[in-house]
Amino acid sequence: MTTAPTARQGAVGTAHTRVEGRDKVTGAARYAAEIPFPGLAHGWLVLSTVARGRIRSLDTAPVLAMPGVLAVLHHGNAPRVETDYTGLLGKPDPTTAVFQHDRVPHLGWPVALVVAETSEQAREAAETLVVHYDREPHDIAFTADHPRAYPAAGYGPAATEKGDLEAELAASAVVVDAEYTTPEEHHNPMEPHAATARWEDGRLEVVDSNQGTTWVAGELASLFSLDPSAVRVRSEHVGGGFGSKGVRAHQVAAVMAATVLQRPVRVAMTRRQMFSLAGYRSPTAQRIRLGADADGRLRALEHRSLNLTSTVHEFIESSTAPSRVMYDADAHHTVNRVVRLDVGTPTWMRAPGEAPGSFALESAFDELAEKLGVDPIDLRLRNEPERGPASGLPFAGRNLSACFREGARRFGWADRDPRPGVRRDGRWLLGTGTAAASFAAGAGPSTAAVTAEADGTFTVRINAADIGTGARTALTLVAADALDVAPDRVRVRIGDSDFGPAMIAGGSTGTRSWSWAINLAAAELRERLTPGGTVPPEGITVRSDTTAALGALAQKERHSYGAQFAEVAVDPATGEVRVRRMLGVFAAGRIVNPLTARGQFTGGMIWGISMALHEEAVRDRATGGHYGADLAAYHVAAHADVPAVEAHWVDDHDPDDPVGIKGIGEVGIVGAAAAVANAVWHATGVRHRHLPIRPDRVLLAGAPDA
Amino acid sequence: MREFDYRRAHDVPGALALLDAEPEARFLGGGTNLVDLMKTGVERPARLVDVRDLPLDRVESTSDGGLRIGATVTNSDLAAHPEVRRRYPALTQAVLAGASGQLRNMATVGGNLLQRTRCGYFADITKPCNKRVPGSGCPAIEGEHHNHAVLGASEHCVATHPSDMGVALAAFDAVVSYETPDGPGTLPFADFYLPVGDTPHRETALPPGALITGVTLPPTPVAARSRYRKVRERASYAFAIGSIAAALDVQGGVVHDVRLAFGAVASRPWRARTAERVLIGATADAETFAAAADAELAAARPLPHNAYKVTLMRNLVVAELTRLTEEAAR
Repeated sequence: MTTAPTARQGAVGTAHTRVEGRDKVTGAARYAAEIPFPGLAHGWLVLSTVARGRIRSLDTAPVLAMPGVLAVLHHGNAPRVETDYTGLLGKPDPTTAVFQHDRVPHLGWPVALVVAETSEQAREAAETLVVHYDREPHDIAFTADHPRAYPAAGYGPAATEKGDLEAELAASAVVVDAEYTTPEEHHNPMEPHAATARWEDGRLEVVDSNQGTTWVAGELASLFSLDPSAVRVRSEHVGGGFGSKGVRAHQVAAVMAATVLQRPVRVAMTRRQMFSLAGYRSPTAQRIRLGADADGRLRALEHRSLNLTSTVHEFIESSTAPSRVMYDADAHHTVNRVVRLDVGTPTWMRAPGEAPGSFALESAFDELAEKLGVDPIDLRLRNEPERGPASGLPFAGRNLSACFREGARRFGWADRDPRPGVRRDGRWLLGTGTAAASFAAGAGPSTAAVTAEADGTFTVRINAADIGTGARTALTLVAADALDVAPDRVRVRIGDSDFGPAMIAGGSTGTRSWSWAINLAAAELRERLTPGGTVPPEGITVRSDTTAALGALAQKERHSYGAQFAEVAVDPATGEVRVRRMLGVFAAGRIVNPLTARGQFTGGMIWGISMALHEEAVRDRATGGHYGADLAAYHVAAHADVPAVEAHWVDDHDPDDPVGIKGIGEVGIVGAAAAVANAVWHATGVRHRHLPIRPDRVLLAGAPDA
Repeated sequence: MREFDYRRAHDVPGALALLDAEPEARFLGGGTNLVDLMKTGVERPARLVDVRDLPLDRVESTSDGGLRIGATVTNSDLAAHPEVRRRYPALTQAVLAGASGQLRNMATVGGNLLQRTRCGYFADITKPCNKRVPGSGCPAIEGEHHNHAVLGASEHCVATHPSDMGVALAAFDAVVSYETPDGPGTLPFADFYLPVGDTPHRETALPPGALITGVTLPPTPVAARSRYRKVRERASYAFAIGSIAAALDVQGGVVHDVRLAFGAVASRPWRARTAERVLIGATADAETFAAAADAELAAARPLPHNAYKVTLMRNLVVAELTRLTEEAAR
C-alpha cells in the first residue's frame, strides 16, 4: 500500500459508539463462562459454613460416587502453591491460595472444589458434600473503638501530621467534631467471576473475566511456580469489575483442577458466593475535627479512619485520602487504622478510600458551613490550597473552582435558601446539597505494539481491559489520532497477556496508561512510514514501553476534580428519601469519548445514590456470615431511584503532561453520597452521619425542629 | 440443585393426580419464587407440575356483584382488569407496587398467595430457621430483623409475608377456592394463613395436595374508594417495609364504612379489625385515625431494630385515611 496521511479532524473528543457494541447487543460477544471448550469439566466451589476454625474432615467418598463427579479437591489433595512473592500490586492475598491448609479464617472460605462433567452435577455434588469443622469463637464486630485497631499504611503513609492540632482547635472560632460511618459494600458486577483453565502444548491457558491479564497471568505464574512465558490469560469482554476482578479463588481452583485432571475446567462464582469470594469495601468508622476562623479559613483539620481486614491479609481503605489533597490547615493530621477480624479480605472498590472518605470530609464541611453561616461552595473556595496539604508538592492544575462555578450556574445554586427544613411539595420536604470530589490521576508502565498493515489499516495490540467502560473504543480513537487516520482504519486488540505487560483497568489509570503507550508506538511508527513508501505483507510493527517516560514525569499533585450537586425529597412520615436530580461537573483532562465518558461519570454518581441511600451488606453476628447475600436483599438504586442525572466537564489542560488524559472511572462517585446527605440535611434539618440513610433512620431521627 | 421431573397439567383433575403421584412434587405457577428457592436449595422438589395451562385464567363478575379471579391469572392481567380497577382500585395498586413488569407478567394469583417469606435466614440453608427446619431456631430474633414482624409473631418465627396483593385481598374479605382429590373447598382469607405459634413451617390451612383454583372478592362498595400505599427502601423493585390497603366511606363527616389491612408487619397480610372498630361511626379526622392506629398497634411487640415499623404504620394510617377523606370531600 501507499502511505499518505492527510490532515484530518481528531477523533478524540467526538462521540463514538462502542466498536464492539453490535456484538454485545446481538449476543455475539462471548463472556468468559460462555466460551466453549471440547472436553470441558465444571468445578463448583464449596465454602465454609463456620467463621473460624479447622477442617476436621470431608466426606468425599459419597460425593465421588455421584453421577458425573470427576474429583473433589481440598487441602488434603490439592496441588501446592507458592505465596511468598510480590506481584504487580504487592503481596498476594492468601485467600486466593485455596486448599493449602486446614484453617478456616472466615465464613465463605473455599474448602473444596467439586469437579463434574456438567455444571448441574458439580453443583448438586458440592451441595451434598459434608464437611466437618472444629469450630472456634469468631470476632466480626467492627466498632470504632476496637482495642486491636492499629495504624497502617495504604496508599501513602499511615499517618500525616503537621502543626499543633489541639492548639489550633482551641483558637478556632468554630469547631466541627463528628463521627461518620459507612457500611460494608459489595461491587456486584453484572457478570459473575468465571474462569476456564487448560493446559495446551505445555502452556497454561486461562480464559477469564478480569481487570488486567498482565496482573492475573503474573500472579498465576508466581502461585504455580511457572515461567511467565508459560502462562497466557485472555479476557476479551468483561461485564463489570469495579475493583473486584483480580486474582480470586476461582482462577486458582480452575488451574488446580485442570492440572490434576488434564482437561479444561471452568469455575464460575454464583452471586451468593461473590459476597464471600470477590472482595468488598470495608466498613469505615471515621472521625473528623475541623476548626475555622469566623471567615471560614481552616486552622485545624483532623481525619481519622478505621477499616477492617481479614486475619490473613492487610487491606487498607485509605479514607483519609481526600483530606490529604483537598484542604489545608495550620494543623493538619490524618491517620488510617485497621483492625483484623474473622472476615474475608476487603479490596479495592470504585474510588477506594475516596468514596467513603469524601462522605465524611464533605459532610463535615457542610456542617462547618452551617455553623459559620457561610455558603458551602464559598467555604470550599476559601480553602483552596496552594500546594498538596500533606505532600507539599505543587498541583499540576487544580480545577475544582471551575467545576463549582459551572455546577452552581447549571444547578441554580445562587437562588438557594440556606435554611433547612422549609421547602415542601405535598408530603415531601425538599433540599439541595453539594460536595467536592477528586481522584488521583496516576499511570502505570505499559507496552503497546502498533502495526501498519499492508492493506492500509492499523492493528494495535495492547493488554488493556475493557470492563464495560468503553476502553476499547477510547483507545481506538486515541490510536486513530496518534496515527492521523480515521478510527475505522484502526483495529484495537486487548485482553491478552501475550500482547505484553500493561497497566490494569483500575485506579482510574487504565486509559491514561494505555494511551501513553499507544502514542509512543504510533509516533515512532509514523516516522518509519515514509510518504509514498510501501508496507511489506507482514506489516511494520513498532513496540513501545512507557516505563522511562513515566519516570521522567515531574513529581506533582495530579488529580481529577469534580463538584457534585443533588436535590432530594424526604417524606418525614415514612422516612423515604428520593433523589430528584443530580448534577456533576468534572475537570478530568481531555475527554476521549464524550458518549462513554458521560456514562462513566453518571454511573459513578448513580452509585453515589446507592451508597447514600441503599447499599449495606449485613453480617449476622452469630454465624459471622452475611444476611441476605443476594441482589434482592442488597439494594442498589433501581431505575425509579435514578432521576435526571447530568454530567458535564470543564476544560482541563496540563501543558506539562504528555498524555493529557486522566482517568474518569472513580471521580464520579466521589462526593456523590455526601451531596445527597447534605441535601437530606437541607430538606429536614437532620444530619445523617451513618450510611445508608435508611427510612428507619430518617423516621427515628424525627421531624425538623422548625 | 436436585434433578427434577417437569410435567405440564391441562386440567385440574390431571394436575391433582400428577401431584398426588409424587410425594415430593410442587405446583409451578409463574415460578418467580419457587425457582429461586430451588436454586438456593430451600426447595428440592422431585417433580414440578406446571399449572399455567389450566383453564383458571379468567377474571369474572359474580352474580352478586363481586369478582372471581382465577388462580393462574397473572399479576399483570389482574392489575389491568377494568373491573378490578373500577371496583377494587387498591388491589390494582397493590399488584403494581410489587416486583417488576417482567415478574408480574409471569407471577400468578395462586402462587402469590403461597409465596414464601423473604427472611434472609429462611433463604440461606446454612443457617437455622424454624420455618425451614422445624426446631432449628430463629436467628432473626437475636440477629438481623430490621424488616421482620411486629404483629402476630412468636418466639419461634418473626418472618413477614411479602405479598402486596394479599394485603388488598385481606382488606376486601377475599375467599380462596381450592380443589383436592377429595373435592373442592373454600377458605375465608382470615382463616387462610395459620397463626405462627410454634409451627411457623405450617403456613396455610390448605389441605395437603390442594390446588388453589381462584379467589373470590365479595361485593364491597367501599372498596371503590380505596388506596394501597407501599413504603420501601428504594422507589421500585423492593419488598415493603410497611404497606397499607385502605378503603373509606365518609358520610356527614363520620366514618360510615372502612377497610384497613397492613403489609410487611406480620406473618400474613394483617387485617386491622381493631382499628376498623374504632373508626366505624367516629368523626373522620386525624385524631380519630391516629387513635385507631394506636388501638391496632397496641398489640405490636417490636424487636430492638424494627420498632420504627410501629411509627411507620401509625403515620401511614393517618396519611392514607386523611387522603381518602380529602378525596371524598372533593
